[in-house]
Amino acid sequence: MTDPVHRPSALHQERIVYRRRQAIRSVLLAALSTAVVGTVLGVLITGAPGWDRVRRSFLDPAIGDRFLPDTLSGLWLNIRMLVVCAFCALALGLLVAVLRTLRGPVFFPVRALATVYTYSFRGLPLIIVIYVYAFGIPGLRLQGTPNVTVLGGAAIVVTYGAYLAEVFRAGIESVHPSQIAAARSLGLGYRQAMRFVVLPQAVRRVAPPLLNDTVALQKDVGLISLAGPIDAIRAAQIGVAQTANFTPYIVAGVLFVLLALPLIGITDWVTLRAARRQNAGA
Amino acid sequence: MLLSCTDVRKTFGSAVVLDGLSLDVDEHEVVALIGASGSGKSTLLRCVNLLEQIDDGQVRLDDEDITDPRVDPDLVRRKIGLVFQSYNLFPHMTVLDNITLAPVRVHRRPAAQAREQAMEWLTRVGLADKAGSYPDRLSGGQQQRVAIVRALVNSPRLLLLDEVTSALDPELVGEVLTMIRELKSEGMTMVLATHEMGFARQVADRVAFLDNGRVLEQGPPAQVLGDPVEARTRQFLARIIEAGRL
Repeated sequence: MTDPVHRPSALHQERIVYRRRQAIRSVLLAALSTAVVGTVLGVLITGAPGWDRVRRSFLDPAIGDRFLPDTLSGLWLNIRMLVVCAFCALALGLLVAVLRTLRGPVFFPVRALATVYTYSFRGLPLIIVIYVYAFGIPGLRLQGTPNVTVLGGAAIVVTYGAYLAEVFRAGIESVHPSQIAAARSLGLGYRQAMRFVVLPQAVRRVAPPLLNDTVALQKDVGLISLAGPIDAIRAAQIGVAQTANFTPYIVAGVLFVLLALPLIGITDWVTLRAARRQNAGA
Repeated sequence: MLLSCTDVRKTFGSAVVLDGLSLDVDEHEVVALIGASGSGKSTLLRCVNLLEQIDDGQVRLDDEDITDPRVDPDLVRRKIGLVFQSYNLFPHMTVLDNITLAPVRVHRRPAAQAREQAMEWLTRVGLADKAGSYPDRLSGGQQQRVAIVRALVNSPRLLLLDEVTSALDPELVGEVLTMIRELKSEGMTMVLATHEMGFARQVADRVAFLDNGRVLEQGPPAQVLGDPVEARTRQFLARIIEAGRL
């Protein structure tokens, strides 16, 4: 840095040439290895005795085309559900996590309830929660019971809220006590210390796992089809029933993967950034 | 008498850290606490700031018993500044936000006014260009000076300094000590736990030697550091001299 026109010595130039050669070698090796693995896999699958049958019943382009519009309009429901459910589950998780950190005897019942909630809903299979919400609650015949889509969404929110609450709690507990001491020493109350000092650091730290859970949620939003509404999976199921061909499921599956890609990309980016910041000594 | 600790006792499990400690501090006085690690210096400061609950005795600030459980600790802490050995700046906030957090949120001052005051302080300590930086971009000495400013903008009656130079590289100690010396000349009341005997001698009006959770000996720096009465104090100072820190 001190000498702007620094010329690398002969020794170092030789190193640069060597490293460049090594880099080219690695790229070539990777390409070769990928080609070999790809060919072997291709031969194995397409050479299997039942390949023609599988191709006809899972990868029929005509049937895929026919049910794509229905599946797509079903997917729109999934997308809306995803946005609403993710937002609500994150809010619920954060609330429950904060409730679990409250000290003081007055809050004992709140703390206990929050604990019971996170324990039970992390253990309970989502499918059962959806059935109970979508079929049990309307069974009570109460006035103003929302429709099955909303109830199914609530089941997803309640289940994922429990997971997210634990992620948030881990984040809150990872903030060093000296940070709280510093905040309190400045005269900030417990709530202010939580809001301005602990939570901002906690959320930043657990952003990667939170997003990862959101990716899982976006997939499980498809389980809403069990309760009846026509989402992408339900639309595909109807197609399968009509044609006795599984191609519509593959179509729905590909659509879900495409839907997940941006979120997965964001997750990786945030994780990478967090790791880099940690390495910088933040 | 601004601060008065009487027979303060603090235990952690079976360990007795403060064992009937008494210490008085007058307004505008600077008292240095010295003593071996574990003698209770930091614990005393944390008890005065009510970050730790004492197990017996009394701490009075401005003649009010602040260890009374009916007293709101948040109100007491508004009058006391505490600076930590490891700075404890908030890593997710800029230097300026670190400093203005308490004035705006606790003392309800207008944000613009708080920023202006923070900038005045930063200019004074030569860190105005760091206002928008995050703490991890600052050296230890710079971080500690920001931490002191963060405590000072709340205009505390009493400033507690907990080994504020212990985590610093030797060449960065000076800039922090200069700042404390200036505060003394302005009449700030301070209690500082320190391992810097030379500094204690220069800046303190009184040095208190803590041993096994009590003040074993106290008096003017020249006397306590130069001609101590107690054998334990002599031993402690001899070890310090051996380590080349006096």
